[in-house]
Amino acid sequence: MSRKFLALSLLFSVLFLHSFGEIFAAEAGAKEGKEDPTSFIMHHIKDAHEWHFFNVGHTHITLPLPVITYASDRGIEFYLSSDFQDPETHKFGKEFAHNGIYIDEHEHLGRVDEGSIMDFSITKNVAMMFIVIAIVLYVTLSAASHYKKNGTAAPKGAASLLEPIVIFVRDEIAQKAIGPKYMRFVPYLLTLFVFIWTGNLLGLLPGAANLTGNIAVTCTLAFLTFIIVNVNGNKDYWKHVFATPGVPAALLPIMVLVEFIGLFTKPFALMVRLFVAVTAGHIVILAFISLVFIFESYAIGILSTVMVTFINIIELLVATIQAYVFTLFSAMYIGGAVAEHAHDDHH
Amino acid sequence: MDLIIPSGGLIFWQLLGFLALLFILIKFAWKPMLASLAERESSIEEALQSAEKARNEMSNLKSENEKLLQEARIERDVILKKAHEASVKMIEDAKTEASKQGAQLIANAKAVIETEKKAALSEVKNQVALLTLEVTEKLLRKQLADDKAQAALVDQFIKDLKIN
Repeated sequence: MSRKFLALSLLFSVLFLHSFGEIFAAEAGAKEGKEDPTSFIMHHIKDAHEWHFFNVGHTHITLPLPVITYASDRGIEFYLSSDFQDPETHKFGKEFAHNGIYIDEHEHLGRVDEGSIMDFSITKNVAMMFIVIAIVLYVTLSAASHYKKNGTAAPKGAASLLEPIVIFVRDEIAQKAIGPKYMRFVPYLLTLFVFIWTGNLLGLLPGAANLTGNIAVTCTLAFLTFIIVNVNGNKDYWKHVFATPGVPAALLPIMVLVEFIGLFTKPFALMVRLFVAVTAGHIVILAFISLVFIFESYAIGILSTVMVTFINIIELLVATIQAYVFTLFSAMYIGGAVAEHAHDDHH
Repeated sequence: MDLIIPSGGLIFWQLLGFLALLFILIKFAWKPMLASLAERESSIEEALQSAEKARNEMSNLKSENEKLLQEARIERDVILKKAHEASVKMIEDAKTEASKQGAQLIANAKAVIETEKKAALSEVKNQVALLTLEVTEKLLRKQLADDKAQAALVDQFIKDLKIN
């Protein structure tokens, strides 16, 4: 089992090396000289308006993605990312403006007439999100159909993949962290777990987008947890925030301020933790790959491949752990909001 | 696109996509799955409980059987004892009866023998008397055949009479 796993990781890392190597080489060649590895790495972990896979010679193999814009005076407009770029080098810039709209070098949308415009494009990460959702839907719905067909029979296929996860999230995360009212929150926690886990794992594939390592994505997920926590907060929870029991009256204004800020630091921590953990992993892998092109040496190439394989295995672990941690902390925050504690026992 | 500034467009799509996923999964995946899991768990729980109950019933039944067997054994012993007693009594009765009848028979036989003996004796006496008479007659005829003898006898008689 572990040998298979190792072989698979090695294969992946070789693919990584291959695809990214060519991109990097092409980019480096285009600029006449070595490109700064920072921009190479940043290019791969940030969102983009087109999905760039690899280069064959000087030909960019990309998937142009829809660009959807909204401006109060122009309404909703649809374009393709290829409308705004140089057809040869695939570079965005003000000089490639189309219909009064341009995408600059930093992939920001702008209007030639300096008016305000909003970007609702199906970017690389949005497309990735749809892929993740499609895979999650396919797996979970085929698992659910097993239960519809076979009732309480032993799980098979997708159901046997999902059932341990469902039981783990229900019994080990929700029940332990939330307490007696846990059943209401199990579906949310399960969705959170499978979405983040699938996103983390698919993000490790070569050419995939860094979905769960994007701050907008983690921000949205943390925001949903924040909403659920505070919508379900009971009297004890709000009392704890605005009239913290057992605190002298003089200290109360400070405590209320601290507790109030605490409401927001919890989801903030959720947001930052997932973003940092996933992005850092990608940066480390890409940095090892960059080493090969900085040193241009076979020895470093072999060493980098070994290290990338190793980091990839760790990343598979991190992918699971971070999904678990995000779900667990969400459950704990919900648990804190719905807990019925007896008064005057602690604080 | 920036690394640490969330972009509005992605937040919008992520919110939309995730909420859609959440609602679809809740309705079509998690609810049926959690319901079947709960159902399976409760059915396992029930099966365990009924097995426990069956085991208890089995052991009850066993002890019940044991009790019945014990009772049957006691009853058998009682019956055997009674039968034994009855047979002993019957044998005893038969013996008593037999000895009684034997005694009766012996008594009857004795009575018959006695009667026969008496009859035989009286017969013998009669015969003896008859023979004696005949002998006496013959003797008398012989002795009284001549006159002298007769006169002598008469004399005798007279003598006797005189004496009287």
